This record gives sequence, structure tokens and C-alpha cells, in this order.
Amino acid sequence: MSNATVQSETIRPEEAQHFGALAADWWNPQGSSAMLHKLNPVRLSFIRESIDLHWGGDPESIRPLLGKSAVDVGCGAGLLCEPLARLGATVTGVDAAAENIAAASAHAQGSQLPIIYRHGELGQLGLGQFDLVTSMEVIEHVADKRAFVGELAARLAPDGLMVLSTPNRTPASRWLLVKAAEAIGAVPRGTHHWEDFITPEEFVDLLAEAGLETSAPKGIAFSPMKGLHLSDDLSLNYIFTAWRKD
Amino acid sequence: MGDKRDLLILGGGLVGMTLALAAAKKGITSHVVDRADPAALTADNFDGRASAISTASWNLFTNIGLADALEPHGCPIASIAVTDAMRPGRIDFQPEEHEGSLGRMFANQTLRLALFEAARDNTLINWHAKADVVERVRGPHGVSATLADGTVLEASLMVAAEGRQSPTRKEAGLQLAHWDYKHRALIAGIIHEKPHDNVAWEIFYSDGPFALLPMLDTKDGKHRSALVWTVNEAHAKGYLALSDAAFRAEVEKKMHGVFGHVEMNGPRSSYPLSFQHTARITADRLALVGDAAHGIHPIAGQGLNLGIRDVGTLVSVLVDGMKLGLEPGDAQMLKRYEEWRALDGFSVAAATDALTWLFGIPGKLPSAIRRMGMAVVQRTSPLKTFFMNEARGMSGDLPELLREQ
Repeated sequence: MSNATVQSETIRPEEAQHFGALAADWWNPQGSSAMLHKLNPVRLSFIRESIDLHWGGDPESIRPLLGKSAVDVGCGAGLLCEPLARLGATVTGVDAAAENIAAASAHAQGSQLPIIYRHGELGQLGLGQFDLVTSMEVIEHVADKRAFVGELAARLAPDGLMVLSTPNRTPASRWLLVKAAEAIGAVPRGTHHWEDFITPEEFVDLLAEAGLETSAPKGIAFSPMKGLHLSDDLSLNYIFTAWRKD
Repeated sequence: MGDKRDLLILGGGLVGMTLALAAAKKGITSHVVDRADPAALTADNFDGRASAISTASWNLFTNIGLADALEPHGCPIASIAVTDAMRPGRIDFQPEEHEGSLGRMFANQTLRLALFEAARDNTLINWHAKADVVERVRGPHGVSATLADGTVLEASLMVAAEGRQSPTRKEAGLQLAHWDYKHRALIAGIIHEKPHDNVAWEIFYSDGPFALLPMLDTKDGKHRSALVWTVNEAHAKGYLALSDAAFRAEVEKKMHGVFGHVEMNGPRSSYPLSFQHTARITADRLALVGDAAHGIHPIAGQGLNLGIRDVGTLVSVLVDGMKLGLEPGDAQMLKRYEEWRALDGFSVAAATDALTWLFGIPGKLPSAIRRMGMAVVQRTSPLKTFFMNEARGMSGDLPELLREQ
């Protein structure tokens, strides 16, 4: 189960191991990934709105991705892959940690969802292109961000849509997402390294270099009354879409 | 295997079948399991059971495409007259023209027939009638029920719609708060000489309320109402033992001649009154709807309406989640259903409960207070509007299916 067999450009071995250890607990809504379970409906509602807008689909349909292919890069135990499959897409999930892929495959089988899970480096798996490319809360864990964005762009079909989210690098995120969140146990210790966070401006620049246009980012904010919700406040976490320029 | 559906609805009565149809309208698939034989339930002789369908419930029937089939069989309630043992003082709940009716009266059989006919033709509904459930399983990836013939039905979410005695609720260990009223409701259909003019009467006696709900005339043109007569449990045996002729005479006496001469229409039935409420209406991959979640006193005719509000809310929550790719058994959706229903279910049940106690205390002074109370309600417009909205089911935060489209 080591990463030694995979020639790794963008994966940090110690990061892959950290998440592998959490894999078994991924699917427990009250477990160590509780924060992701709460985040899931928020980011899914952004994805839903974006796909309806991009492909002009019926907002009332419960299968808006029927006939479309999707890849989720950094899929963990499949928290995003499974909803995408239920929305009708043929889904591939890619993750650096073999343990995550094992947990994801087992869960998808139980859910009777035909999702293809692959362990390893995105660029070396020989995957084709996809209508929908998602990578949520991943780039902050990646060593070579430029190379990673290039790989994401290469997977995007000509008429495709990419959806990305990540924590912002601001004083607020340093205190709330790293220090406070770990202190109160909202996320497991060692989940985030603030210096590796990327600002929206930096992220958009990398995507532009890779030939992609981007939407204005939306913030994912927290308030005691609303919980996690979409907002105009980008200081903690943000989510946006990208597509090919031509 | 192979036919895993979104919902496994245990109990295919009025609430369970309404849920299956409302879900199907939104593309949500279901198995519906019921012990009863549909042929027996829809037999042509009237069984005396009727339900008031509130405006909100009617909106739901309209939104799922049943209104056209039901419309000719419903008797609109134009106003509700409330009196205290026919003494002076009376509240009339009469909505303004633009506010529409206070509800419609239907024989339960008519509702069942319309629901069953719609369900039979719907490929999204897999209806298993005359079937007994011998085992229920709620697992990490889904739920299943094993039928007596060995068939195993699979789904993502289990819904208990089996009524007050719900075995699924008991098996899940969901605790029930239970108040026994020590009262019994006598249910019967009556034929009366004078037309009811679409007025529902609630006549409060110290023993309990005597309610007359307008029904459509019979095929041969006789005027008809449904009777829900609440009596003290201690006196119930006596009333039930009466001959048809003697029972008829008692009913006519209690009505003080408002509708003239009275004849009985179909058999009498009765059931004990109790108020039950579950603190929790969900568990892992399980939701309770209708009387399985909360049985209430039929005094204000809200039992079925409350169940239909459960249906509207559950379907709204499921659709919102499924549009995001979440599965129907998702814990976050059930949490939302629980929170949305909690306040509504309890407030209707509690209001109905308070009304019963108020009118259940015998004596001259309570009667005077009740009459004064009614006079106050009669003159105070906001209070009257509140009670009318409650009766119509239009108060609170309404899910989409319960709104006029």
C-alpha cells in the first residue's frame, strides 16, 4: 500500500498517508470527516447550479448529468463521486491514497453505483477527457500546483466544465481553518498547512496559463445561524468554475 | 436485487399512497407494501368514514394530478358553525369570497379509489397489496423488507405509513408520548331532511364535541352529512349497544332539529380517542409519516391533513436533496424533514388538544366561559383568521407541493 510504485510528481507521500488513515471513517457523518459531510450539500448546490447554467439543463431534473462523463480528482472515499453518479454521470474517481480508493470502491459497491476508482497520479493513469472535472479541497495539498492545474486542464473535454474549491490564504483562514478548527477538533490535526493555501488571483492565473477561463468565485462561509453556506465573503474558502477559452 | 428503489413505503393507506404518488410526480421511485386487499377497501357500500380535506391538502392533490378525478366527489365546506350545546353564542367561520373554501368533505373510499387508480398505472410505483412484512432491515447502504412469500424489497429510505400502531416505529424504538382521552368517537353517515347548505357544525357538549360534516347528496338526491360524535368512554358501550332506531333518535335529539328528520346511512363504527406524538419522527434511513408519527383527536378534522403535510414536506426535502445527487436515505435530508415537521405537527396537535379539554369540562361556569370565549373569537378578526387558516392548513412555512401553483 505504499506510494513507492507510483512515480509521483504532485503527490506528497506524507499527505497521501494522512488521508489514507482516515479513509475508514470517511463515510461516517459524525466521524472525523463530519465537516466534509456538512460542506457537501453546499458545494453540491454550487455544482448543480453551474451544470444547469453551463449545459442549459432543466433545473428540476434529478438526472442532469445523464450521458455525461465526470472525473473527481482527489476523490477521497467518494463523497462527491457518488452524488455525481446519482445525477446520471459516468464517474471516475482518482486519489493519491490507495486506502481512500479501497474505502471508496467498497462504499460504491454497497451503494450499487458503477464508479471507476483509480489510485495514483492523474497524469500517469492514461485517462481520456471528461465533460465534468471536479477537484475540491485538493490543490492546497499539492506540491507542484502549476503542473497539477495543467493535468486538470488536459482532462477537460472541449465543451467541458471544471469546478474547483479550496481554502483562501488570508489571516482569517489561518486562524479559523487551521488553528481554531484543529483546536476544537472540527478537522483532524495536520489536515491543512496554511502556507500551501492559494488565493483566488493566483489560482485564476494558473488556470489562464493552462488556457482556461473562469467564473467569479463564490465564498463558502460559516455563520452560527446558517451553518456553512454560499456567500460573497471569499476570506475562508471559495468555489468557482472554469472552461476552455476557445 | 435489481429493483432497488428510492422509497420503501410500509403502509399503503391514504397517507402512504399519497406519498407514493407525490414522490412519483417528482420522478422518485417506490415500493408500497400493504396488508389489505384493495378490492375490499373500495367496495361500493359506504362505510361511514369521511375526511375533511384542507385547502393545503387539496393543493397537493391538484399538484399531483388527482384534482380532476376527485373534484366531482367532494363537498365544499362553505362555513363552519361552532356552538356550545346549542346555547346562545355561536362562531361562524366563513371565509371571504377570494379566500376559497374551508375544505372539502370526501368519503374515504372515494379518496382511496382515486389514489389506487392513479397508483396502479404508475410505473414508478411498485405496489405489493395483500402482503405481510416479516422482516425489516435498515443497513449502511439501504433498507429492505422481506414479505411473507419470501420476496425481498430494497430501497434507500424506509417510510412507515402504517398508522397509529406502526410496527416499524415500534421496532425502531421511537418513543411515543400518549394521552388517553377516555373518550370514544362514534362515526356514522346520516341522511337528513333539510339541505346542509355546505355548513359544517361543531356542537360542543360537556361529554365531547358532536360534529356534522357536509357530504354530497346521494345518487337519489338525499341530503347527507358525516357524523363524528365524541362520547365519554364510560358511556360509549351504551351508545354502541343501542338499536339502530334508538341510536337514530339520540342523534336527532343532539342535533336540535337543525337538519330536520334524520336517517342513518351505512354502519356505525367507533374508535378510542388518544393523542400521540413522537419526539422523533426519523431514525437511520427511516421516516415516519401520518398517524405513525402523530395521531390526533379528529375533533378539528386535521388527522389526514397533518399526514398530507408530512407527505408534502418529505417529498420537498427529498427532491431538494436528490437534485444535488444525495440519496433519499441521506441523514442530512432526514434531519431537515424532522426539523421542518417538528413544530407544525406539535402545534396542530396541541391546539386540537386544548380545544378538547376546554369543551370537555362539564358545568355551568365552564359553559359560560366557553360562550364568552367564542364571542371573543367571533369579534376578534385576527384570531378568527388564525383558526380558519389552521382549519385550512395554510399556516406556517408550506412546502411547494402544498401551495397553489
